[in-house]
Amino acid sequence: MSRVALAGNPNVGKSTLFNALTKLRQHTGNWAGKTVATARGAYTYQGREYQVVDLPGTYSLAARSQEEAVARDYIESGQADGVVVVCDATCLERNLILVLQVMELTGKVLVCVNLLDEARRTGIEVDLPALSQRLGVTVVGTAAGRQEGLEELKEAIAGLVQGDAPAAPRREPQERVTLAERYAAQTVRSRRADRLRRQRRLDRLLTSKATGIPLMLLLFGLVVWLTVAGANGPSALLTALFARLGEVLEGWLAGAPAWLRGVLLDGVYRVTAWVTAVMLPPMAIFFPLFTLLEDLGYLPRVAFVMDHAFQKCRACGKQCLTMCMSMGCNACGVTGCRIIDSPRERLIAILTASLVPCNGKFPTLIALITIFFVGGQGGLLASLEGAALLLGTLLLGVAGTLACSRLLSATVLQGMPSSFALELPPFRRPRVGEVIVRSVLDRTLFVLARAAAVAAPAGAVIWLMANLTVGDASLLAHCTGFLDPFARWFGLDGVILMAFLLGWPANEIVLPVMLMAYLATGSLVEFDDLAALGRLLTQQGWTWLTAVCTMLFSLFHWPCSTTCLTVYKETGSVKWTAVAMALPTALGLGLCLLAATAARLLGLV
Amino acid sequence: MYEALRLSALQEGESAYVTQVSAGPAMDQRLTDLGLVRGTRVTCVLRSPAGDPCAYLIRGALIALRRADADGVSLERQAQELPAQAVTT
Repeated sequence: MSRVALAGNPNVGKSTLFNALTKLRQHTGNWAGKTVATARGAYTYQGREYQVVDLPGTYSLAARSQEEAVARDYIESGQADGVVVVCDATCLERNLILVLQVMELTGKVLVCVNLLDEARRTGIEVDLPALSQRLGVTVVGTAAGRQEGLEELKEAIAGLVQGDAPAAPRREPQERVTLAERYAAQTVRSRRADRLRRQRRLDRLLTSKATGIPLMLLLFGLVVWLTVAGANGPSALLTALFARLGEVLEGWLAGAPAWLRGVLLDGVYRVTAWVTAVMLPPMAIFFPLFTLLEDLGYLPRVAFVMDHAFQKCRACGKQCLTMCMSMGCNACGVTGCRIIDSPRERLIAILTASLVPCNGKFPTLIALITIFFVGGQGGLLASLEGAALLLGTLLLGVAGTLACSRLLSATVLQGMPSSFALELPPFRRPRVGEVIVRSVLDRTLFVLARAAAVAAPAGAVIWLMANLTVGDASLLAHCTGFLDPFARWFGLDGVILMAFLLGWPANEIVLPVMLMAYLATGSLVEFDDLAALGRLLTQQGWTWLTAVCTMLFSLFHWPCSTTCLTVYKETGSVKWTAVAMALPTALGLGLCLLAATAARLLGLV
Repeated sequence: MYEALRLSALQEGESAYVTQVSAGPAMDQRLTDLGLVRGTRVTCVLRSPAGDPCAYLIRGALIALRRADADGVSLERQAQELPAQAVTT
């Protein structure tokens, strides 16, 4: 078996190439720093096995950041039988600087000029044989997204691992740049500029003073609206389907003891069905839409537009990218913070990562908004209203992130913003079909499976708690009763707080657990749609204030267990993990107290 | 004669050539990695809504820099004949 490493600048399509070679499915996206961890895979070529190591993308190997150190150490360690330096054909000159640097560390180098299809469209031609002659190493051209040139690459890799060559002599950084410039001038021809002009026009539209921020709100608003409006129908359909399936299961379990029927049907089945029916549609809409924006290359533009606000908070503008990842999953957002070089700014981004609502919170937020704040019986106006409120909730999360970042910068993490350089990659036409299939299959189902895996035991636990009696009341009643006086201060009740505590493994199950607890203690209503849920909640004494406070607390409370674990892994510190849990909780409780007290003093409830 | 000019003062659409990079040791290194060295042509392409950061075209790539960092890069309008460097091919 031979081992080859893929090195290269960020966002040159290394992960796409890695996926094409190994048939694995590393997540790809059009922005620098998507791959933060080293991925491994393998393929077989002519009866021989090759292991491929996908190194994080770096501009240099000077080991100034975590990724650079990882890439450099790996190449220097000699663990690889060869290094493939992947280059972006549309920006070859800059990429050659890294090629020259890698060649100083090892002689076994192969250059892969990727994104040739994109270069062709931009009117850029690369003379690969001439480049190979100048560099003195094999050069292969690929368009990994279209599976072009892969056979040639595999053949070249087979030759690479067998050969042996000494490393190039050390050069001064300035000298490398001059050399890269000369090689590029000799081998790259650029003809047409129309496409470039179109790219610039789009860029100006998305980032200018007049249109940048409105378009950003409009785009995110559109994504949120499609999620809110599109999720209703499928949700109702799934709920009906699960209700019928429930009846079938009830028939099967007719002979079983009552307690077993209770645990399995009212506990496990009901909560899992709820999570699936309510979670799946919004996720299956939101994930692909968001991935399309990511594939287009829009996220770095958002970071560009938003950077000034982060600069004011003495944080890094790349935090905006990690926040976008947090919207999918807070744990991913925390890992993504590795793209931030300054340790101080990275810690700020990690500690505030859970202030952005993740996908698991969306269904709860959408349900509460729809029940309590959207008038009328559905339709376009209602969905627009719901989307506007959800967007507002999201913006509140962004505001909370900025405020907490500023607070941390002024207190425990003092310092000035460090230098910042963010690449804005060319826009790429999103691969619509692939994005939809991949984001539904890989991400949605993964998150859903995790939620369901947590929901099933949680359903059993909550049923047992509701039905095991200690003294004169159920275990659940004892717990919620204990929490109730405290929770009332914050406009919540014991059941709500209990649901958040039990929902620690996954935010998705908070609302179902709440529902279970209410159903177990109150009158058992047949739950089939949001209106029924609304009636149940109102019966339990909910007002609009309860809904507001629950939404606030849902937005700002301790991160889920997976995120906490990830924070611990990334910081290696119990103290910072505790801060990451305490900060959002304090913010949430503070805002709830404020809202509840204000509403009561003003006599609004 | 050429005028002294800072990268941060470059207007949208304008190009100039780098004469000196002194934005602090860490940033200097990073800019060198990106290919921004003496003699490099830069163009200011985009200005964010707040006017800071701006995005510059550096060796075919669009790079966003904050004003504080761009302040450390000096430019001149005309390309200077650089002294021939001993670079072996």
